[in-house]
Amino acid sequence: MAQMNQVYASTRRRRVKAVSFRVGTLIALALVVGPAIWLVLGVVVRAVPHWQWNVLTTLSQGTSGGLENAVLGTLVLMAGVAVLAGSIGVLTGIHLAENGSSSRGGAFARGAIDILAGFPSIVLGYVGYIALCVGLHWGFSLLAALVILSLMVVPYIAKSTESALRQVPTSYREGAEALGMPSGYALRRVVLRSALPGIVTGLLIALSVAGGETAPLLYTAGATNNLPTFTLLHQPIAYLTYYVWTDYNQPTDVAHYVSYDAALILVVLVLAMLVTARLIVARTQRHAETSR
Amino acid sequence: MASWIPVAGLAFVLIVLAVKAWPAVVVNGFGFIKGSQWLPGNTYGSVVHTHGVAHPSGSSYGAWPLIAGTLETSLIAVVIALPISLGTAFALTERMPGWLSRPLGFLVEILAGLPSVVIGLWGVLEVGPFLAHHVYPLVADHVPNVGPFRYFKGPVGYGEGLLTSGLILGLMIVPIIASTTRDLFLQVPALPKEGAEALGLTDAEVARRVTIPWVRSGIIGATVLGLGRALGETMAVAMISGSVLGKVSPTIYGTMTTIAATIVSQLDSAATDGTGFAIATLAEAGLILAAIALAVNLCARYIVSRSGRLAAPVGRG
Repeated sequence: MAQMNQVYASTRRRRVKAVSFRVGTLIALALVVGPAIWLVLGVVVRAVPHWQWNVLTTLSQGTSGGLENAVLGTLVLMAGVAVLAGSIGVLTGIHLAENGSSSRGGAFARGAIDILAGFPSIVLGYVGYIALCVGLHWGFSLLAALVILSLMVVPYIAKSTESALRQVPTSYREGAEALGMPSGYALRRVVLRSALPGIVTGLLIALSVAGGETAPLLYTAGATNNLPTFTLLHQPIAYLTYYVWTDYNQPTDVAHYVSYDAALILVVLVLAMLVTARLIVARTQRHAETSR
Repeated sequence: MASWIPVAGLAFVLIVLAVKAWPAVVVNGFGFIKGSQWLPGNTYGSVVHTHGVAHPSGSSYGAWPLIAGTLETSLIAVVIALPISLGTAFALTERMPGWLSRPLGFLVEILAGLPSVVIGLWGVLEVGPFLAHHVYPLVADHVPNVGPFRYFKGPVGYGEGLLTSGLILGLMIVPIIASTTRDLFLQVPALPKEGAEALGLTDAEVARRVTIPWVRSGIIGATVLGLGRALGETMAVAMISGSVLGKVSPTIYGTMTTIAATIVSQLDSAATDGTGFAIATLAEAGLILAAIALAVNLCARYIVSRSGRLAAPVGRG
C-alpha cells in the first residue's frame, strides 16, 4: 500500500476530486442554462406586457408604429436565401460528396467554403456595400442583401448536405447500381431521397441564421418603412434585426417597445425553425433506428 | 458547376477588399497597426495628397486600440467558454438521464441560434447593469492592488465595456464548443471508459485520462472555431463595448471597441469623406480582421480535419 500511495493520490483526496468534478460540471451546465433562460425570458418580459397584435399589421414609422414591413421583409429575405443559397449550397454539397476532394474543383470548393464559413460577416457586408450597392450602382437593394447573405450561409448548407449524403449507407448505392440504375438516376431517386431530411435540417438552420443577421444587411439592404416590393434593384428592404439595433437606445419608450417587439418576433421565428429542424431529425432517427 | 460559385465569391470578396484598402495601406503604412488615433480629419476642408493618394487634411488613423480590443474580448471569451463548455458537455453526456439531457441540450442549441443583435440587446439592458451593480464592485474592491491584479482595479463604469463584451462573447461561443464537444464525447467508445472504471478510476480520472485525450484534437478545433466567431462578432460587441475609439482600455471594465464593431458603426460617417479615404481605411481594418480570422480558421480546419468534424458557420453578426 505504501508503494501505491506514492503513485496515486490518497483515496480521500481522490474522492474530494471526484465530487468537485461532478459539482463543477453541474455548475458549468447551470452557467449555460441559466443565462439562456434569462435571455429568452428577458426578451419575453420586456415585450409581452406591451404586445399588441396590430404590430404585425401596421407599417413602421421608424421609432414608432408596427413591424409589418420588417416581418414581411425578413420572410422575403429568408425565402430568397432559401432559393439562391439553397440551390448553390445543395449542388455544391452534392458535388463535394459525390466527387470528393479528388478533383481539383472539389479541393478548391472545399477550401473556399472553409474560409467563407469563418469570414467575419461585417466584412462581407462592407464588400457588398462597396462593390454591389455603390460599385455596380445597385443601391440598397434586395439582390445585394441576398447575394451577401447567401455567400455567408452557402458554406453551411454545402457542408450539411455533404454530411447528409455521406451518411447514406453504401449498400443503398450498391443496391441501386446492382439494379442497373444509371448513376444520375440512382442519385436522384435513391441517395438524395434518403439524405433529404438531413439536407432540409441544414437548410432550416441556415435560414434561421440568415433571418437573424444584422451586420451584413445594414449596408446592403438599407432601411425603409415600406413593404417589400420584390424589385431586385434600387429598392431598400426592411428587416426585423434593423429595428432591434436602431430603436433600443432611442429616447422614447415607444421606440423601445418597437425594439423589444422585433426581438420577440425574432426569438419566436428562430425557435420555430429550430423546433422544426429538431422534429425532422427525431422523425428520421426513429425510422433509422431499426436499420442500425 | 455550382461548386465554383463559392470559390468565385471568395475571390471577389478578397479582391474588392484588397483593391479598396490599397490607398489606405499606402498612406497609413505600418503605423496603422501601432497607432491609436482615429481622426477623420477636416472632411470639409482642403484635400492633401500623400504618395499620390488624396485624403482630408489632418486625417490620421491607427488601428491598435481596435486590434487590441478584438484580441482582448476574444481572449476573455475563450478563457471563459472553454471550461464551461467542457463541463457542460460532461454534464450532458455522463450519467444524466435522457429525459433531462435532451431538453437541456436543445436549450444549448437555441442559444447558438439566437440572433446576435438580440443577445446584444439583452447584454446591454440586463447583463451589463446587473454586473456593474452587483458583481464588478465586489471584484474591484477585493482584488489585491498588486501586479497584474491592478487590471481589475478602478472604476467599474455602467456595465458597457471590455469585460462585459468578453463575457457575452463567451456565452455566444459556448454552444459552438459545447455541442461539438458533446458529440465528440458520445463518439468515445464505451469499452476504454468502462475498462478504466473497472480499474477503479473515478469519473474525474476517466474524464482526464481517457475521454479528453481521446478527442483532444476535436476539442482544440472547436475552441479555435469559437475563437473565430468571437473575433468576427459584430452586433453584440457594437452594443455592449461602449464603442469608444482611440484608446486601449486601462482596466478590464473600460469602454472600448473592436475592428468589426468599428466597421459597422463608422461606415455611415466614413461615407461622408469626399476623398473616399475613410472608406479605404475601414477596408484596411477589415483586411486585418479577415487576416486574423483566416489564420485562426485555417488552424482550426487543419486540426479539425484530422478528426473529421462538421462545423456551423462562425463568422456571424
